[in-house]
Amino acid sequence: MKDKILEVSAIENGTVIDHIPPKAFFKVIAILGLDKLDTQMTLGTNLHSKKIGKKAIVKLSDVFFPDKDINKIALVAPQAKLNIIKNYDVVEKRVVEIPDDIIGIVKCMNPKCITNSEKIVTKFKVVSKKEVKLKCLYCEKITDQDNMQVI
Amino acid sequence: MKNKSLVSITDFSKSEYMKILSLAEEYERKPVRNLLTGKVIANLFFEPSTRTRLSFESAINKMGGRIIGFSDSGSSSVTKGETLYDTIKIVSNYCDLIVMRHPLEGSARFASEISSVPVINAGDGANQHPTQTLLDLYSIKKTQGKLDNLTLFIVGDLKYGRTVHSLLMAMSQFNTTFHFISPEELKMPEEYKILLRSLGLKYHEHKDFTDIIAEADIIYMTRVQKERFSDPIEYERTKNAYVLKNKMLTNTKENLKILHPLPRVNEIEQDVDINPKAYYFTQALNGVFIRQAIISSILDVN
Ligand SMILES: [Zn+2]
Repeated sequence: MKDKILEVSAIENGTVIDHIPPKAFFKVIAILGLDKLDTQMTLGTNLHSKKIGKKAIVKLSDVFFPDKDINKIALVAPQAKLNIIKNYDVVEKRVVEIPDDIIGIVKCMNPKCITNSEKIVTKFKVVSKKEVKLKCLYCEKITDQDNMQVI
Repeated sequence: MKNKSLVSITDFSKSEYMKILSLAEEYERKPVRNLLTGKVIANLFFEPSTRTRLSFESAINKMGGRIIGFSDSGSSSVTKGETLYDTIKIVSNYCDLIVMRHPLEGSARFASEISSVPVINAGDGANQHPTQTLLDLYSIKKTQGKLDNLTLFIVGDLKYGRTVHSLLMAMSQFNTTFHFISPEELKMPEEYKILLRSLGLKYHEHKDFTDIIAEADIIYMTRVQKERFSDPIEYERTKNAYVLKNKMLTNTKENLKILHPLPRVNEIEQDVDINPKAYYFTQALNGVFIRQAIISSILDVN
């Protein structure tokens, strides 16, 4: 039934982000700034997935993200799959890839870091991608996957 | 180095360190030089650190520079709620160089991004204190005649000690053999051991502070602080196990020198002070020459 509803909302042109873990759903919305878009979109979560049990999906009409923007969601949804739709057809399938640098998005986990007390855009170097580890360019401490908090 | 901030020990290359070390030798030979006439240096100490501040002030005074600033945030506009951003934006209009000490980690990097003049980090929380590291290198070079191929023992708190981590990173460029002596709870973090392995450098870890130090060219002592232990009983058990006593130095090498970033609490017994191998007080004096060399390099006045 759920699949049927999503079927109905198939889009003509745009981007479908599939296989988002439900717990990362709202983070993906925040990272991509979907709340600020005024295009047509369909969002669904806790949908049945053969692959990952439950999943969330985002369908956006007439929105195409540059790589550097879409790759940001790899921090919270590394297994997300992208379908680029043109004329109701999938013209491109992509996976997301963690970028080398993360600007903004993530909060430094070090409570004594200056970025947690002044208004500063955080900057991290990605030192490990397999098990995500980010090195803060200010305090030089590591923020790991378990402690990663999206701003 | 001209106009470059010094925030982290990794900001300067090996050849830049070496230049600063040889310049410091010149300042040691002739410390009083009027190279900073007309220059204003802001010493911003957002938390008190008397020894570091006096060392910088001494260095600046010996070169004829003028100092503005504050020695703790209680006597500045910071208590009125001013942001670090605003303080740095304003102060950098008044001076040619900022020296800053701040309790928060990353504060000096942030200041260097927004300041119109270079920033020297005089300690940002538990993160970096690069002028301390350079004075440690200077002390090692001066007492050993070289930096290459030495055996360095580091004793005490190897987990939280920022001076220890910066020293390790700096010395890892000189084919050093490392020995780490610490209680289990305060062992050298894995990331630094990974770094040494990736460079093909030898390191050995020991739990006991014994006659193994016979191999040492340098012993670098640090404080073992009570608040670092999750288990107070463990602290009581280990607090006296990492104390250097004069009799332990009997069979050590002739060229051995004992270093300590100071202040010490009880980790070096006072009877060591008269041993010619004790070097920690001279090490503190070297801090003035090294800071003269750093300041004059950044301001390009040599
Ligand atoms: Zn940080």
